[in-house]
Amino acid sequence: MHIVVASGKGGTGKTLVAVSLALVAREVGDCALLDADVEVPNAALFLKPVFDERMVVERLVPVVDASRCDHCGRCAEVCQHNALAVVPGKVLVFKELCHGCGSCALECPTQAIREVPQPIGLIEAGRAQGVAFAQGTLNVGQAMATPVIRALKRYAERARWDRARFMILDAPPGTACPVIESLRGADVALLVTEPTPFGLHDLKLAVEVARDVLGLPVGVVINKDGLDDPGVDEYCHAARLPILSRIPLRRDIAAEYAVGTPLVQAFAEYRQPFLALLDNLGELAQRRPA
Amino acid sequence: MRQLVVLSGKGGTGKTTVAAALAHLAAQEGPIVIVDADVDAPNLELLLQPEIIEDVPFFGGKKAHISAERCTACGRCEEVCRYAAVAQRDGTFYVDLTACEGCASCFYQCPAQAIEMRERQSGDWFRSKTRFGPFLHARLIPGEENSGKLVSVLRQQALLEAHESETDWIIIDGAPGIGCPVIAAVTGADLALLVSEPTVSGVHDLKRAIEICEHFRVPASVCINKVDINPSKAQEIAAYCAQHGIPVSTRIPYDEVVVKAMRRGCAVTEWGESVVAEEIKLLWLALRDHVKAQ
Repeated sequence: MHIVVASGKGGTGKTLVAVSLALVAREVGDCALLDADVEVPNAALFLKPVFDERMVVERLVPVVDASRCDHCGRCAEVCQHNALAVVPGKVLVFKELCHGCGSCALECPTQAIREVPQPIGLIEAGRAQGVAFAQGTLNVGQAMATPVIRALKRYAERARWDRARFMILDAPPGTACPVIESLRGADVALLVTEPTPFGLHDLKLAVEVARDVLGLPVGVVINKDGLDDPGVDEYCHAARLPILSRIPLRRDIAAEYAVGTPLVQAFAEYRQPFLALLDNLGELAQRRPA
Repeated sequence: MRQLVVLSGKGGTGKTTVAAALAHLAAQEGPIVIVDADVDAPNLELLLQPEIIEDVPFFGGKKAHISAERCTACGRCEEVCRYAAVAQRDGTFYVDLTACEGCASCFYQCPAQAIEMRERQSGDWFRSKTRFGPFLHARLIPGEENSGKLVSVLRQQALLEAHESETDWIIIDGAPGIGCPVIAAVTGADLALLVSEPTVSGVHDLKRAIEICEHFRVPASVCINKVDINPSKAQEIAAYCAQHGIPVSTRIPYDEVVVKAMRRGCAVTEWGESVVAEEIKLLWLALRDHVKAQ
């Protein structure tokens, strides 16, 4: 079962839920955890894995061979992301705008464009407490997280982690393309929210992405529960979203989170609720349309 | 006119709460313009309650469409697509629009001219009026890309607005992370306020946010929110910032007053007296001095 933990709003507790879910899942069967929040990956701070593999993620960017280029301007014309500009006697390449599509190289009539790999991030993989673990990290200054997430998922497939009984992916916040890439291929989406107006607003957006755009079965976890705000509960009820678990707003939970102790290890009483959550996700995943 | 951007790296540290309060305080001293640059999960509108004056559709890019009539099923489009966006069903090729990045490689390579690049709306941006001043915000259609481009549009519009009204400050509420919408929000700002929290994730992500500011040469200032969750992690943040020559302006305690104000749709500094409000007032004075001293 491939579970993606996502949220819309940041800081609602995605990583807290994903890590504890992985730690109980490994008791039931083999489990892999992928940290796809590649801009700011945090799961490793809780799992403290030992990495034995490191791979640089690269993207192909164009290099123009000045001796072959006749400055016809075709490359700049076909580039949809304005990564190429032809000025008198020269072609300028703006690497940070390049999506690596290769169109310029295909279209160049004089074959003056060669593509060379440029590092944009890192995949690290290893094991942590009986869980197969991998994370992606975007290089600082690089704009595009999606290719790093894609590389992370490809690594997991190559390592056959997708055939593990459980593969859990910790997604980035938001609702844009990196979130889509993270959710793609999931059997079920677990959305973590908090009972505040911000939490509710962004939960609705996350539901639009996971359920309405991608057609995934969706379950909800309410974290920091007990703020006396019925908005999220009411919405979930009206939208027929099952609330699969609740984690209370408690200072001792926040304190253990602060020092990097996984919830189910700091508080043994959460083992059972997380096992139940795993079961409920299994049931939801069955409902996935073929 | 100065541009202050509020960032954090980690989500949920209190960017929007702090940004709204700073907007409230800054607006008492002179005209300001406010931007919500977290276009895929915009929350500042919940505190500013904008009255929308202008709603402009945002076209972030084009996507490929294959005409079934013209398609000869040669498969060239699938071959050249690097985003696995072209797929086949019963011998018919089609484009998965959630995967298409609009590169048009297939459009140019198709020998049958069966592919059309269609303009696609990926969101809306709004010019609004609020009690603190003009507000530029947006809504990305869930699942769409080009959030960075949309942020750039908002910032350009804010600059135009600022020139018109002789504004003192543009206050920008940023997105979490360090990727494209954050880069679009931070470039060219006069100061980045990084809202941190004293947790292992908060410290780790603050370091990434500091690196982004250093990379784009934007001076940074740090405030530690929910400081009482773990005082020793707060110390760790202060020590790290000291090493990097970054001032730590304020330490804000955890207080449910933040959620109470949020529920009423107001800035925490509008909600009457609280330690949180007092700390943010000190923060505003420190930021103002920091920018003036530059």
